[in-house]
Amino acid sequence: MTAATLEQPTLDLSGTSRIPMSRLTRVELRKLVDTRASRWLLITIGVITALIIVVFFLNAKTSDRTFSNFMGATATPQGFLLPVLGILLVTQEWTQRTALVSFTLMPVRSRVLIAKVFAALFAGLAAIVLAIGIAALATVLGGADNAWHNIGADDIGKFAILQASGVLQGLAFGLLFLNSAAAIVTYFVLPTAFSILSSLWSPLKKAAPWVDLGTSQQPLFNAVNMTSTQWLHLASGTAIWVVLPFVLGMIRVLRAEVK
Amino acid sequence: MITVDGVSKTYGGFLAVDDVSFACKPGRVTGFLGPNGAGKSTTMRIMVGLTPATRGHVTIGGHRYADIPNPGLHVGVLLDASAQHAGRTGREVLTIGAVTMGLPMKRVDEMLELVSLSASEAKRRVKNYSLGMRQRLGIAHALLGDPSILILDEPANGLDPAGIHWMRGLLKEYAERGGTVLLSSHLLYEVEKIADELILIGRGRIVAQGSKAELLQARGAYVKAVEHEKLLDALAREGVHVVPSGEGLRSDVEAIQIGKVAAANNITLIELRPADGSGLEEMFLQLTSDTQRDVVPDAAATEGAQA
Repeated sequence: MTAATLEQPTLDLSGTSRIPMSRLTRVELRKLVDTRASRWLLITIGVITALIIVVFFLNAKTSDRTFSNFMGATATPQGFLLPVLGILLVTQEWTQRTALVSFTLMPVRSRVLIAKVFAALFAGLAAIVLAIGIAALATVLGGADNAWHNIGADDIGKFAILQASGVLQGLAFGLLFLNSAAAIVTYFVLPTAFSILSSLWSPLKKAAPWVDLGTSQQPLFNAVNMTSTQWLHLASGTAIWVVLPFVLGMIRVLRAEVK
Repeated sequence: MITVDGVSKTYGGFLAVDDVSFACKPGRVTGFLGPNGAGKSTTMRIMVGLTPATRGHVTIGGHRYADIPNPGLHVGVLLDASAQHAGRTGREVLTIGAVTMGLPMKRVDEMLELVSLSASEAKRRVKNYSLGMRQRLGIAHALLGDPSILILDEPANGLDPAGIHWMRGLLKEYAERGGTVLLSSHLLYEVEKIADELILIGRGRIVAQGSKAELLQARGAYVKAVEHEKLLDALAREGVHVVPSGEGLRSDVEAIQIGKVAAANNITLIELRPADGSGLEEMFLQLTSDTQRDVVPDAAATEGAQA
């Protein structure tokens, strides 16, 4: 097209600045609450967190009504639901085909994905803050001796690591499958199946703390000081089950044709 | 302002887009015309970086699309009006766009008004929208950032006649203000009414391009006679090739030549005029008939009946 290239008015971009990450993150946070389904998922996380503390409160002896026990009770339901939130934040773009619009408005796809990571972590943080609030209230009402025993900033930190890794693993599986059903099923079935396998098959049993995320995360639940080996276990398990699928999923999305 | 240069796209062994080159100029509406599956949408996705090209490249105002910092402010894109989250309201769809681009919220109201989506319609979820309403929403979304270039894939699809009329006015005015518009369609009459420039694509290749005036320039003649069979024979004897068209005949030759043949053979003509449409229509029909199988037996049957 030599004739056409002769007159090629250029687009003046000097007045246009890049879309800041803060704005992209705000958009992703908005996507967490702007449909009925996503809103209900958030409400469910909040309600179940409160409910599990109430149930624990009613069934526990006064002496067991400690802050760390209340926090521990919220870990399981939040650990189930927060990854789903991460999965859906990614897969809805593909099942609803909004990726077409998202990646047109922000063609540097990695920036959209990073914004999703920030938004998902923010939601996870909010869930933990909620858990801390309700657990603290229950602890005050519970009136146990030494109710605040065995709890420090490091325990809250471990709790945060646990839930953050769950949210990120959800995002990773979402990126890897780009399909809600496949990602959710695989997220719940594969690590569990692997845990069962590693508890039955002795060669794998030895390596389990290194390769099985559930095993390597176990020390996070115990209120003891983690050894450096345990931290290495955790790093290794997280690398295999969170970082690796995230990187593979990211590569897939960066290269995918968006239709 | 949009320059497509030697773009090809292969899927496995299938060549979906084959060495496509064209340019869209500011102040003009360029129609991208071709049957379904001709490669229009693939070409448009390549333009905005959603589909990687196998060969060739596209620049928009001299830049790669991905290099434009906040592309929504420069290029308005509507690739598929149905690619919206069914659970979001129309207003929310525009709000997400406006927040991403960093626009004030009043822009959302302005765009809703521009495309005539009422306040109550904007509150409804997209899953309850008709295709026409989705198209209006998609056009509103494309115009949000007040871009100077528009890329619209089948924007008239699903609009009622009044909607098509409205969109034609909107895009014409947009181009008159210096905007660049590229819109695709699989319907000749739709594009014919809106576009200044035409690009005809079939099976991944560009088969014709130029200004509408050039491409639609009438050639040949249309004729209708009382003695239909007699005219057919007479023209055949003179070596004039004709094809059936409606109740009459179409030919590549000028009207005067057919008139002379008719006069020499005492044939009563009811109609004789320069053909409207042109070779473009024939070319388009030919392209279309390859993909629309149901048309072929019909045409064969008509020809058979007249032979």
